Amino acid sequence: MGSSFAEKIFRLRTGRSVEPGEIVESEVDFVMANDVTGPPAFEAFEKLGAEPMRDKIVLIPDHYVPNKDIPSAIQAKSMRDFARKYELPNYFEIGEGGVCHQLMMERGFVAPGRLIVGADSHTCTYGALGAFSTGIGSTEAATVFARGKLWFKVPKSDKYLFHGKVGRHVFGKDLILRIIGDIGVDGALYKSMEVGGNAIETLPLSDRMSIANMSIEAGAKNLFIAPDKKVTDFLAGRVNGGYEPVLPDPDADYDDIKEYDASEIPPLVAEPYLPSNVKPAAEVGVTIDQAYLGSCTNGRIEDLRAAAEILRGRKVASGVRMIVVPASKQVFEQAIKENLIQIFLDANAYVSGPTCGACLGGYMGVLAPGEVAVSSTNRNFVGRMGHKDSKVYLANPAVVAASAVTGRITDPNEVMI
Amino acid sequence: MNLKGKAHKFGDSINTDYIISGKYKFKTLDMDELATHVMEDLDPDFCSKVTAGDFIVAGKNFGLGSSREQAPLAIKHAKISAVIARSFARIFFRNAINTGLPILICRDADRIDEGDELEVDLSSGLIINRTKEEELKAEKLPPIMIRILEEGGLAEHLIRHGGFEV
Repeated sequence: MGSSFAEKIFRLRTGRSVEPGEIVESEVDFVMANDVTGPPAFEAFEKLGAEPMRDKIVLIPDHYVPNKDIPSAIQAKSMRDFARKYELPNYFEIGEGGVCHQLMMERGFVAPGRLIVGADSHTCTYGALGAFSTGIGSTEAATVFARGKLWFKVPKSDKYLFHGKVGRHVFGKDLILRIIGDIGVDGALYKSMEVGGNAIETLPLSDRMSIANMSIEAGAKNLFIAPDKKVTDFLAGRVNGGYEPVLPDPDADYDDIKEYDASEIPPLVAEPYLPSNVKPAAEVGVTIDQAYLGSCTNGRIEDLRAAAEILRGRKVASGVRMIVVPASKQVFEQAIKENLIQIFLDANAYVSGPTCGACLGGYMGVLAPGEVAVSSTNRNFVGRMGHKDSKVYLANPAVVAASAVTGRITDPNEVMI
Repeated sequence: MNLKGKAHKFGDSINTDYIISGKYKFKTLDMDELATHVMEDLDPDFCSKVTAGDFIVAGKNFGLGSSREQAPLAIKHAKISAVIARSFARIFFRNAINTGLPILICRDADRIDEGDELEVDLSSGLIINRTKEEELKAEKLPPIMIRILEEGGLAEHLIRHGGFEV
């Protein structure tokens, strides 16, 4: 019996055969922390009394920067101070940075076959480029700063195959919502998800990143998509150092294999208060107060293009606020070059610089009691984007833009005849 | 490690925002202060009901959501001795072990009711419900996890042993 992707990663790194459920210790290529998870890690690190493994550490402030208030300013400062004290080469100040997961990929830390951990639950995003990546806590991040390795439980693996042609205004977001709606928020608990099929092969990397990003919303440890030429092209001139792709064996043992017809999936929405409450966008019809486009899930240039295509020559509906937050400086710059920002401004959308911002109810668009948002982000828990009596509907960028135009949750196919 | 206390019951999919609301999570690194707000959106009086050593007992997927370890730390600082649930979200599971909060996966956690008096033997996974005079089995944690818990967390384990001993 062959090995799944996860089994192979740990087999290669431990130099012996491994079984699902087994606890192993493994070398890690990079460890990332942000301005919320970094400060507790720095405190734990100081207790360890070790020298940091400088080249493995990546520090990216993104949750509450530019500093929202005094407590967040203190947290962000502790990150800057830590980077300076230990002369860490990979600290990204706001002017060159952005949302941590977008930056990890843009700046070439992520590559096929690498094992990357990050003190943020959406670290699983990097599986879109063929890496094994997973979210961890702050204390253990500190131990990786010191030792460059960490314990892992070898996960069982499930396979998800999408066949056929993806429909118009349907994104990677819709495919992952389809899976989460199907298996639930603990449907892949502790597991490694492998996603493939000819529908996935045709998808741009941005869609694959949304798919991997939300695997944690099904409880998964990581999500893997086999790297292809699109990945190699993306990495050319960008990747730090060498890499060796790792692929699952054709005869790997999967706990479960699920198959979907991609052509039957319409633009979807996850209703409050779980990402598994999935419904076709056309059937929701709820009036909205805010439309939010951004985040590590859907704040990339392809997402902004999709929204701009709908907003071009149209206006955000009266009574609705639309907020556009590019995921990084590079995305922002590209959007300026392509005139997308002008389209957003013409439509009366508000555009800000990169930050996690309102996705986690931080700032730059939190919701008042009773308010409703349609959002391209990844979580719709109680109070996620603001007051506990506000509501978040998760959707793809085109649904967000179409809903901003009509003032209610809308399938883009209704707006773009 | 033997633990003793009464059960505080919660349902399925208790996320990290319920455990410690975002509005406090970022305001302070003072865990004793955070501990006073544990579960507050679900039960505003939770903190005052807890006697040192009590248990949180929940359904499936306890601790889903964020990777911020303020969630298990706040529970630990609220003097909860262990969390018993049908299943745990994986990052919460890791964070609990690594910060020294004992957790038990017990498929029969539903059989425990609010206020039941429990005794737990962490190394064997045996849960004795003194109120119902019933024994429940939790999944046995790997010995390395028990060791990390007994030593107070991963950082303490590494300081003591100079490495991770699988």
